Amino acid sequence: MAPQMAQLGALTDEVLLDRLQRAAFDYFVQNVNPRNGLVADTSRDNSPVSIAVVGFALSSYPVAVKRGWMERAEAVRRSLAALRFFRHSDQSGSPTATGFKGFYYHFLDIHTGARVWQSELSMIDTALLIAGVLTASLYFTADTPDEAELRELADVLYRRIDWCWAQGDAGTIKQGWKPESGFLHYGWEGYSEAIVLYVLALGSPTHPIQGDCYTAWTATYQWENLYDHDYLYAGPLFVHQFSHAWIDLRGIRDSFMREKGFDYFENSRSAVAIQRRYTQLNPHEFAGYDENGWGLSAGDGPTDEQLDVCNEERRLFGYAARGVPYGPDDGTLSPPAVLASLPFAPESVLEAMRNLLLRYPQILTDDRLCSGFNPGVGASDEQPWVSAGHYGLDQGIVLMMIENHSSEFIWQLTRGCRYISDGLQRAGFEGGWLWQGPAEGTR
Amino acid sequence: MSPFDATVTTPKDAYEDKRLADVHPQAWANPTPADRYALIIVGAGSAGIAAAELAIAMGVKVAMIERHLIGGTCLNTGCVPSKALIRTARLYAEMRDGARYGAKVPGNIEVDFAAVMERVRRIRCHLSGRSSVRRLAALGVDVFFGNVRFAGPDTLLVNEQKLHFAKAMIATGTRPHVPSIPGLREAGFLTNANVFNLTELPQRLLVIGGGPVGCELAQAFRHLGANVTIVQDKPLFLEREERDAAQILSDAFARDGLEVRLNTQVTGVRVENGRKLVDLVSADYRSTIQVDAILTGVGRVPNVQGLDLEAAGVNYDAVKGIAVDDFLCTSNPRIYAAGDVCLEEQYTDTAAASARIVVHNALMRGRKRFSKLVIPWCTYTDPEISHVGMYVREANRQGIPVKTFTVPMHQVDRAVTDSEEIGFVKIHIRDGTDTILGATIVARHAGEMINEITLAMVAGIGLRTLAKVIHAYPTQAEAIREAAKAYVRTRVTQRLRARLQRWLAR
Repeated sequence: MAPQMAQLGALTDEVLLDRLQRAAFDYFVQNVNPRNGLVADTSRDNSPVSIAVVGFALSSYPVAVKRGWMERAEAVRRSLAALRFFRHSDQSGSPTATGFKGFYYHFLDIHTGARVWQSELSMIDTALLIAGVLTASLYFTADTPDEAELRELADVLYRRIDWCWAQGDAGTIKQGWKPESGFLHYGWEGYSEAIVLYVLALGSPTHPIQGDCYTAWTATYQWENLYDHDYLYAGPLFVHQFSHAWIDLRGIRDSFMREKGFDYFENSRSAVAIQRRYTQLNPHEFAGYDENGWGLSAGDGPTDEQLDVCNEERRLFGYAARGVPYGPDDGTLSPPAVLASLPFAPESVLEAMRNLLLRYPQILTDDRLCSGFNPGVGASDEQPWVSAGHYGLDQGIVLMMIENHSSEFIWQLTRGCRYISDGLQRAGFEGGWLWQGPAEGTR
Repeated sequence: MSPFDATVTTPKDAYEDKRLADVHPQAWANPTPADRYALIIVGAGSAGIAAAELAIAMGVKVAMIERHLIGGTCLNTGCVPSKALIRTARLYAEMRDGARYGAKVPGNIEVDFAAVMERVRRIRCHLSGRSSVRRLAALGVDVFFGNVRFAGPDTLLVNEQKLHFAKAMIATGTRPHVPSIPGLREAGFLTNANVFNLTELPQRLLVIGGGPVGCELAQAFRHLGANVTIVQDKPLFLEREERDAAQILSDAFARDGLEVRLNTQVTGVRVENGRKLVDLVSADYRSTIQVDAILTGVGRVPNVQGLDLEAAGVNYDAVKGIAVDDFLCTSNPRIYAAGDVCLEEQYTDTAAASARIVVHNALMRGRKRFSKLVIPWCTYTDPEISHVGMYVREANRQGIPVKTFTVPMHQVDRAVTDSEEIGFVKIHIRDGTDTILGATIVARHAGEMINEITLAMVAGIGLRTLAKVIHAYPTQAEAIREAAKAYVRTRVTQRLRARLQRWLAR
């Protein structure tokens, strides 16, 4: 047994989670450009910035302050740097700008903040960024010039997003826009991680979308019974996690969930059970799959072009959104997607995490989980293929979900956000904490 | 090298001689018309033949007029030749895939394309006997070949010869739609109307359109060894089908080595040094590919031109075809329409079923409605994709609470033993009941499997009863019963829970 895991295996759940969470936070410390607060998409050389990762970073600073991992002033300084950058960024929508209509391009240069890779102006990634911006403004409420500026900037950034424009001429919100060719071909259809996007777009006091836009989205939902579990279908695990990182969806229901007598939190629990059943059935007979070896989600995976991949026949998908039960499935699992299911199914998650760490200690470097690993195409049975470096999205969702599981800290913060509770109510959400009146300190 | 365009004609062989003798004999002399026909059928495709057979069985005097070939698209340029081609294509795919079954793969798998196409022609000719003009004439149908024009509300002309009718049925079908892409006509292209005439395999084939025809032929030609690129302007193939079904098909195409270009448009075709260069654009990404042949499969247009429908007072639209009510009657109460020329559901059996409705309604003052038909269909790719009834999005749109019972094929023993685990059975029910609203099946033999669900829907059988039906073990259709059993389990659990709670509350 690798000495590292011998150590980890002896830890209590609490200490193990604490260690993984702390390491996840360090990703943001190590991969930030302190001058503009932008954070790299991955820890690999020359990685651009992903705006969603910046959203996760902004959400992680309050956690770090609370946990004593970072000085408050330092956290404010980093947050302010990012907010100031976005506030003054080029919003002309030109091919080398940073954004347009309050939205931002998906990938930016870490030094200049200009668009790279001809990436799209991304609605969902802007929503994840702005969710982080609002989280920061909900925590840094001290009466100091810096924190006051931070709150003011957050408000400006949120209010200037023209969600209405992002509908184009369609019933639902578009996935993206490019200066070269306009809106991408299709909107958000089928259940996805976009609840947070719709909630923020509905809660806007300046450019909201209409409520029927949310109805149009939920009209593409698929309510299914699979492996004896009822659930709102979505294949990859991250879909069942991202909105939950910021919004406490326990016990509150939109009209769809009221009809089904279910809620989105329970739904994510079903998603875990279905993943476990799928890997137990293991239709493609992949190595490492069983009830404690699951985690099909968006993440990095092997390709045939990589030199460390030993593959003869199976088709490999590289970075992809792997899902259950229809695939794509090439035998690659995402350890962060397992850990980020913690609030929904803590026992299953801890059992699986311990199993994965024991069997495949290579998935952990510097106490951080790799984006993906594949035991079937590595050098040997004991040497799985492992994604190099770390991904910011993985570290962000792990950090937030561990926090929500252990203290509900992020959920408590965002419950106090008027924009979010307004958005939820306009989407038709009722009950639970929404009906318990505004939390203390609502802004 | 072949030009791979409309100049490709059917090879003149014994099969072709026999087929033509069946479906359009050169020596045919049109009969002397009766004074008046109880029913004249315009078009001798699937709908026309079905109507003629039923009307004759009723003892009615019938005339049937065909411009081109009896049997229509299905027999001559549609289902029959394409399914024959697909069978051989599948065989080649299986040969290459033999190792998966523990079989020894032959060292050099060489496709004899001419032999493949000869088989297609042989089978087509074998089946053409059922549509032969002699058989129809022997039944008592007056069969005319020629061009039809309406000359009034109860009169039409066949090659300028006047025929009078009490009732008429228009079933002239459709023809391939040719997209208006600059340079396409000049470069030459194939459609389903001439692709089955090929005797030489185009090495590089571009298929325009990701509907059923485009998908089936693209995959078949790939299996037969062509390098195929399929271009679809939508984000998924088979736009009408469920996302998961279309997604599985995309994956299968990638597995087979098709070059898949979704969200992509063809902006132009050029010919340089005898090579066809095709310009593509996807969002802001432009590219050019080089091919030997282009096949278009982007929808059909109704055959409504040249019929002088105005003279008969029949309303129509050049794109949507002849306008009919739910009884399939046109704006002229004497004239009905059936099949592809008036229907959105363009399938052989639906055409025949609609024709039988017409015969009932036209000759027996029936009030049968087209909307009452339960219509299944299938796209014969590998895996096949079949559907019947409602889609979830339709139910959601109509405010019908819908729940889906899903059984992936990897849960079905026979699919596993046959290494055919790709796909699923999804049965959509009205939530809270066991009433089947519709179903989608993706499986190697989905077309065979959908019939059970169609039967259940027509007979009003719900999942509760389906769960009681013992299926032969092991068969892939057991997936349907598994879905029904999953439904029953959800009910049992609720009932037991309620009983337990009552007991605990005592």
